[in-house]
Amino acid sequence: MVSSILPLRVEAAEVKRRGTRLIGPIDLTLGKTGVTIVLGPNGSGKTTLLRLMQGLERPAHGSLVWSIPEAEVRTKLAFVFQTPTMMRRSVTDSIAYALTVAGTKRAEARKRAREIAEQVGLGHALDRSAGVLSGGEKQKLALARALIRQPEILFLDEPCANLDGRATREIEIILTDAKSRDTRIVMSTHDLGQAARLADEIVFMLNGCVHETGPAERFFSTPETPEAHAFLNGQIVE
Amino acid sequence: MKNRALIAALALALSTAPALAETVRMAVTTSFENSGLADVLLPEIQEELGIEVELLVVGTGQALRLGEAGDVDAVLVHSRPAEEAFVAAGHATHWREIMYNDFVLVGPSGDPADVTSAETAAGALAQIAEVDAAFVSRGDNSGTHQKELALWAGAGVDPETLGGSYNAVGAGMGAALNTASGLNAYILSDRATWLTFGNKGDLALLFSGDPEMFNPYSLLPVNPERHPHVNNDAVMELEAWLVGPRGEELINAYTVLDETLFVHSAVPQ
Amino acid sequence: MNEIVEGLVEAARLIVVLDPELVEITLRSLQVTITAVVIAAAIGLPLGAWLAVNRFRSRRLVIALLNALMGLPPVVVGLIVYVILSRAGPLGVLGLLFTPTAMIIAQVIIVTPLIASIAHQAIRDLWSEYHDLLISLNTTKRQRVATLLWDARRALLTACLAGFGRGIGEVGAIMIVGGNIDNATRVLTTAIALETGKGNFALALGLGFVLIALAIAVNLLIHSLSRTESSATW
Repeated sequence: MVSSILPLRVEAAEVKRRGTRLIGPIDLTLGKTGVTIVLGPNGSGKTTLLRLMQGLERPAHGSLVWSIPEAEVRTKLAFVFQTPTMMRRSVTDSIAYALTVAGTKRAEARKRAREIAEQVGLGHALDRSAGVLSGGEKQKLALARALIRQPEILFLDEPCANLDGRATREIEIILTDAKSRDTRIVMSTHDLGQAARLADEIVFMLNGCVHETGPAERFFSTPETPEAHAFLNGQIVE
Repeated sequence: MKNRALIAALALALSTAPALAETVRMAVTTSFENSGLADVLLPEIQEELGIEVELLVVGTGQALRLGEAGDVDAVLVHSRPAEEAFVAAGHATHWREIMYNDFVLVGPSGDPADVTSAETAAGALAQIAEVDAAFVSRGDNSGTHQKELALWAGAGVDPETLGGSYNAVGAGMGAALNTASGLNAYILSDRATWLTFGNKGDLALLFSGDPEMFNPYSLLPVNPERHPHVNNDAVMELEAWLVGPRGEELINAYTVLDETLFVHSAVPQ
Repeated sequence: MNEIVEGLVEAARLIVVLDPELVEITLRSLQVTITAVVIAAAIGLPLGAWLAVNRFRSRRLVIALLNALMGLPPVVVGLIVYVILSRAGPLGVLGLLFTPTAMIIAQVIIVTPLIASIAHQAIRDLWSEYHDLLISLNTTKRQRVATLLWDARRALLTACLAGFGRGIGEVGAIMIVGGNIDNATRVLTTAIALETGKGNFALALGLGFVLIALAIAVNLLIHSLSRTESSATW
């Protein structure tokens, strides 16, 4: 059994750009299971925190400590961005691409791509070019592309921000299914309802720092800080 | 897939390598090519000598330059001073006169300088200068250009003093004739190019016949001591044929629009 | 104006009759330019992609140089290649001067910067789109270049066709290094120059119209083969 890359310990990490502090200092531990939702108003640093954990940003101070050497971590992470990038290929080939670059033979990759495309509800569009998909379908493709690699952690940065209700529901179903197959999910959102539906654990961010963390049930019923309380009541919090 | 395309490209490129027949590469002047004589001579040479002559049609200066570099096996030009200098410098083994044609003075049919009444070529040019008529010059150091300059000198006129009426185009005979046709100007041309020229416009042949206007062509074999790779044996065969009876026959018989253009003038050794 | 009509008539006559000289120089034109474009693409496409994807210190200088090389006057390229291939020059022993091979070499030099420049721009645009995605999928540099080259294939095809256009209409360089030798290195453009110099404008124009028709035909053929204009996007 391959050892898990989790838990991840973020220790006093700060991210700066051109001298300005974006987030930090952050102390956080990502445990082995469940869905972690990073919550907070716009500008609170959710995206930056996610990029830090993904390895797309380097900490100016502090560190990230994975449970295995960092070089081996990268292949076990997968990302879905708010606006998915579509390649100039068919749906099947786009999903298969994630496997072929990892060394899978093309025929095998296309077969598995078709399977997972069916699972996420893209079975009707297998040979269509990815560029003509609707917003929701594109995001499903991005998810399929991420999940086909069977990552240990799936990072999502506000994946439903641009989607309508129906597409959002379909995405959430896929995520719930992935969670049931033991995929660790770390997702940012500013949609309280979505957070309530999906979260096991909440990381509430404000002004570039982690303001409060805790199990989802407790956070939503009895938040500890006044800012969290205000946020949950729909007020603008700074 | 890219590799296969590369190999195909290389094969295609290499397939253009020349066949190993007896080949002579000769640099000739535009005036020679324009006469059309080559179209008569070359097939005969191919048949009788088995030599394929590849002609590079360039200006006199470039022809001599190619001979100097050894990029051609022989040179055929019509500029005696340049030929002598070329041999003296060791670039060719010798120069051998083959034939001559003549230059003609061409101009607007209205003839504002009354060139038709002139007695000599130099006189005709002097008349042109006097009425300040438009004149087009090759301006490219070719044999034709040098003959033109010699005629101006004979008329006691410095072309530089003619101002805007003197147009030096720096181009071949055909291109210069095009310009003269467009400007309706006087121009010195070799008879052969003039006869076969397709864009005469309002121009007409106004003066010819002065012995000063004779134009001898010589063959210069590139010196094999300097450039061992040149096909000197074939060039010598070619030269012998050109100066011999067969060459004489074909050259003297060649006409354009029922006019003989060249006179075979080679002296057998 | 009359000459243009004459030229069109002459072009039609040459084509209908399948004039053997016309066929010979047309085939040679195609042979020289297509070979040159294939080689130039083999060099220029990966070069453009590599420049788009890699960061190094003198990158901006190299790109500026590449774009500037697009404006190289073909006749200058011809002179340089002539001097190199001349018997008096460094590569004279190869005996390549005044052969179609020399013409191909000159055209490769002229066309490669064009293809590389267009390829670079197209791939750079695509790279900025694919950047996060390709990095998040742990691709190697080689994989990125290959993926970008494939996904940008339509734009790269345009680059190659632009190169073809430049080559098929070029006359300065191939005149010098080819010599316009009848039955050996004469092509459409050098024949046009020759006939123009002889004052045979109708024939020159006729050949010119044949050249234009050829370029159109090649473009149509390539586009139909790659079904470029029939899919919904790109």
